Amino acid sequence: MMKRIVVGIKRVVDYNVRIRIKPDGSGVVLDGVKMSVNPFDEIALEEALRIKERGLAEEVIVATIGPPDCQSQLRTCLAMGADRAVHVLSDAPTEPLTTAHILLKLIEREQPFLVLLGKQAIDEDNGQTGQMLAALWQRPQATFASKIELAEGKAQVTREVDAGLEILEVDLPAVVTVDLRLNEPRYVKLPEIMKAKKKPLESLSLESLGVTPRAHLTTVRVAAPPQRQKGIRVDNAAALVAALKEKGLLPS
Amino acid sequence: MSASILIIAEHDGAALGIGTAKCVACAATVPQAEITIVVCASDASAVARQAAALQGVSRVLTVEHPIHAHPLAAAIAPQIAALAGPYTHVLGPSSTFGKDVMPRIAALLDTAQVSDIMAVEGPHRFRRPIYAGNAIVTVAVPEDTKVVGTVRTASFHAAAAGGTAPIEKVDAPVEPPQHTRFVSTSAATSDRPDLQTAARVISGGRALGSAEAFQMLYQLADKLGAAVGASRAAVDAGYAPNELQVGQTGKIIAPDLYVAVGISGAIQHLTGIKDARTIVAINKDPEAPIFEVADLGLVGDLFEIVPQIEQLL
Repeated sequence: MMKRIVVGIKRVVDYNVRIRIKPDGSGVVLDGVKMSVNPFDEIALEEALRIKERGLAEEVIVATIGPPDCQSQLRTCLAMGADRAVHVLSDAPTEPLTTAHILLKLIEREQPFLVLLGKQAIDEDNGQTGQMLAALWQRPQATFASKIELAEGKAQVTREVDAGLEILEVDLPAVVTVDLRLNEPRYVKLPEIMKAKKKPLESLSLESLGVTPRAHLTTVRVAAPPQRQKGIRVDNAAALVAALKEKGLLPS
Repeated sequence: MSASILIIAEHDGAALGIGTAKCVACAATVPQAEITIVVCASDASAVARQAAALQGVSRVLTVEHPIHAHPLAAAIAPQIAALAGPYTHVLGPSSTFGKDVMPRIAALLDTAQVSDIMAVEGPHRFRRPIYAGNAIVTVAVPEDTKVVGTVRTASFHAAAAGGTAPIEKVDAPVEPPQHTRFVSTSAATSDRPDLQTAARVISGGRALGSAEAFQMLYQLADKLGAAVGASRAAVDAGYAPNELQVGQTGKIIAPDLYVAVGISGAIQHLTGIKDARTIVAINKDPEAPIFEVADLGLVGDLFEIVPQIEQLL
């Protein structure tokens, strides 16, 4: 059987955009805002491509769930080097648990030995999908990966944890969610963008996969965070130390 | 309606993590909450005693199994899912431990997770940050649904000790899978205060320019009894190890004093320090965004200013 890696990606507001909140508090303004591939997912794709380039995988499949506009992000991924793309159409955003159920259906179809995802999406900051997918799939998970080494039927994954670095060994297939320092994604060159237009991009409906999205959580309102009071400037180190002393912030 | 809340203890086999006491504090803000802590460990006795001593805790459960010598999500999640039946809420800290294990538990319970709870508005209503903290969303979980959540530890003061909850040993409800194995951990040992709990933190950014220059911050930190942190740029450049990273994808901290040295203040960094009581910024660029959130700002060359401060202390 073909050795496949499935990479899940999400279309999100570009990380350089300063978001605005809708005046009625119903959400964040998305109209006319630059959208990109979630940066963590780009790292996941880069890792999949490097694994393939080392001869340890034969096909990299990139998958996303979302409205028709997501095709543009899938094309970016194809231009980076993914072999084909699968687009599961959903006009409404899906909660992580539904996303995991959909990805599980794709896994059953594609039979990958490895699934790579970003550790979180920078819009909702949930950080759940990979772990939920691993649970539903009843397979190992290795989250926050900063290094992935593959051996026969196994992977050794270095994870960035609060205490430092942890190494886990997992049997394959497994789900690995990636952290920032795993790699630096490549730049896409123009000829590759042209070539990517000819690569296969398949669209699937939720019905055809047999998944009914469930919304467990309701958004009550979205608000701006409390702003900090404007501070003051001091002229030199002595003034700074004096100000800190006055505030009682230095050890006695 | 009363709430019955199960909290998953974070620990290293000997000491209970501070995140657990913060989860207790969060759970205590749910009206009429009865709080149970569960400790999964190979030998749970020491950790269970510390958990039982937290004020507001009604009961501590211990699940002992050799595989729990290390915190493997794939091994812990099925135990918790099997125990979770009677509880209305299952909570864990929003640390790398909690972020790893809680969604796996939520999926096994076939429910959603509320990540990074920063405030409780009701038993089924929570506030949480999105977009790196640039928006705060209030979410509601249906009343008949179990709440699974991670607690944004910087938003809560740790529950105090002084309680005496009973400890009950329960048989491991399931035989954990063997497909995930712990190999090793490289935790830097340090005499300095822990970044996540320190009252004072000195952080360095890209402008430090080298790992050697970071030594200057360590010296100042030692004089201040402070922990040392770093921006993503500084960690990426290899000036500081990953466990020092502060920000959206690193640690979210709430010290009394945060001193940002040579950190420009990307929104991803600022989200990690929003709850600091006083923020000091030292940067040579007067337009650096860090000055927008700083209570005290000093424009100048950090290589001159930091040694001057050290001398003045």
